[in-house]
Amino acid sequence: MSDEIAPSLPPVVKAIRSSRRELSRLLTRIENGEADKDLAALFPLTGSAHIIGVTGAPGTGKSSLVNALAKHYRTTGRTVGIVAVDPTSPFSGGAVLGDRIRMRDLSGDPGVFIRSMATRGSLGGLAHTTVEVVRALDAASFEVILIETVGAGQSEVEIAGAAQTTLVIEAPGLGDDVQAIKAGILEIADILVVNKADRPGAESTTRALRAMLDLGHRTERIVHHGQLMTVPAANPRVDESSAWQTPVAQTVAINGTGIAELAEHITNHLRYLHQSGTLQLRERVRIESEMTDLLRETLLMRLLHQTDPAHLGALVDQVQLRRLDPVSAAHLLIDLSFPREEKQP
Amino acid sequence: MTEVKEHKIRVLVAKPGLDGHDRGAKVVARALRDAGMEVIYTGLRQTPEMVVEAALQEDVQVIGLSILSGAHMALVPRILELMRTNGLDDVKVFVGGIVPDEDVTALKNMGVSGVFGPGANTDDIVKYIRESVSAQA
Ligand SMILES: Nc1nc2c(ncn2[C@@H]2O[C@H](COP(=O)(O)OP(=O)(O)OP(=O)(O)O)[C@@H](O)[C@H]2O)c(=O)[nH]1
Ligand SMILES: [Mg+2]
Repeated sequence: MSDEIAPSLPPVVKAIRSSRRELSRLLTRIENGEADKDLAALFPLTGSAHIIGVTGAPGTGKSSLVNALAKHYRTTGRTVGIVAVDPTSPFSGGAVLGDRIRMRDLSGDPGVFIRSMATRGSLGGLAHTTVEVVRALDAASFEVILIETVGAGQSEVEIAGAAQTTLVIEAPGLGDDVQAIKAGILEIADILVVNKADRPGAESTTRALRAMLDLGHRTERIVHHGQLMTVPAANPRVDESSAWQTPVAQTVAINGTGIAELAEHITNHLRYLHQSGTLQLRERVRIESEMTDLLRETLLMRLLHQTDPAHLGALVDQVQLRRLDPVSAAHLLIDLSFPREEKQP
Repeated sequence: MTEVKEHKIRVLVAKPGLDGHDRGAKVVARALRDAGMEVIYTGLRQTPEMVVEAALQEDVQVIGLSILSGAHMALVPRILELMRTNGLDDVKVFVGGIVPDEDVTALKNMGVSGVFGPGANTDDIVKYIRESVSAQA
């Protein structure tokens, strides 16, 4: 990861490309919300990595699969960044991050960088700063970035907004398999993986998944910060026949069986994203929704900053006395900070 | 971003060496979690290289080494040496396990800042970590 050809790189990018310690420290600043300037500087140098999300119920083998995929990509010479997310305890605010246990094969390889993250109160299966941590790894020129979500089983749909290719992992023998994939998870899968294919029941799980896929028809969906959004279905460049058919792959993550085939599906999916224009379309939706979130957050902070606490308190009083309803009260405050002019649609 | 800034204490809990017992390490990991820390737990049979690499990638402020095999006098100096060559001089190291008194002194002279025997109270470990980290800042 040297950069003799690009002397004009921003200092932060030079630093993280030449020093793993610097990269690691930047990731900490990002997690702590103290890296806005660095993120702005490195942003133009992002966009080259293939970002792959790995999600699924607890214990299905996500970490083991990330380990196996990373090993595979290393044999092809590509560098791999890994972000593994585990939940923060809502009681103590602490976390035990244990995904590295399954990734010991990758140690000692300078072409791999693994970072564990705690959700720190975020609910969608990722941390609030996971997307930014991935950007830093992208700018640090890791070619493949694997994101392992929290293994919550149903609510980790945010990954579809953070990754270009989303793998949903199932394993046989986890009780009612079909149940486990009901809650919107099937829709976000670009590739379904039946891991632990060495275990009894793998065939029936695979059949059940194929049957579910046949029932549903594929629409382009994007999830960002927990919101499911449908991308304009009439993408002119995708007709029904060329639409992506979600494959079901079987793997044994602990011995590598099926990993090369899975990697081929992943490559095919990336090719599909490029050729159909879906890659750009998805990215646009993602950027727009990220900006909307930022606007919402920033405007709220500004508004609260401008608002006289006494005025706010008086309005709360009015609402509590039933002289004003909450919506009208909020509008009164907003109109003070942002006077209404001609209404634009 | 405008969110509240959060500074979590990050600790690597590692089990270097060949003994196959990680009950103690897991107890410590959970106690630190319950004290609000982020604990990176790497599992059994870590080489010194693995420990230091994980500490570097995870940017931890503290490394806890659980060593029951009696191999501390072989493992710890190697880990400290690798930490220095990787620029992790400011990371604090504590050792948990069965360590004879004379070795405690030797370990502390090498740069280990805390040694906790098998009967140690996890509250003491929490306190030690909080104090080491705030002394750093
Ligand atoms: N038989 C078999 N066991 C597997 C396979 N893949 C993973 N395992 C085992 O399944 C267990 C869970 O694997 P992990 O990789 O930790 O699963 P995970 O989904 O990352 O778990 P969480 O992060 O806790 O949600 C471990 O004991 C693995 O060794 C497989 O293909 N076959
Ligand atoms: Mg895992």
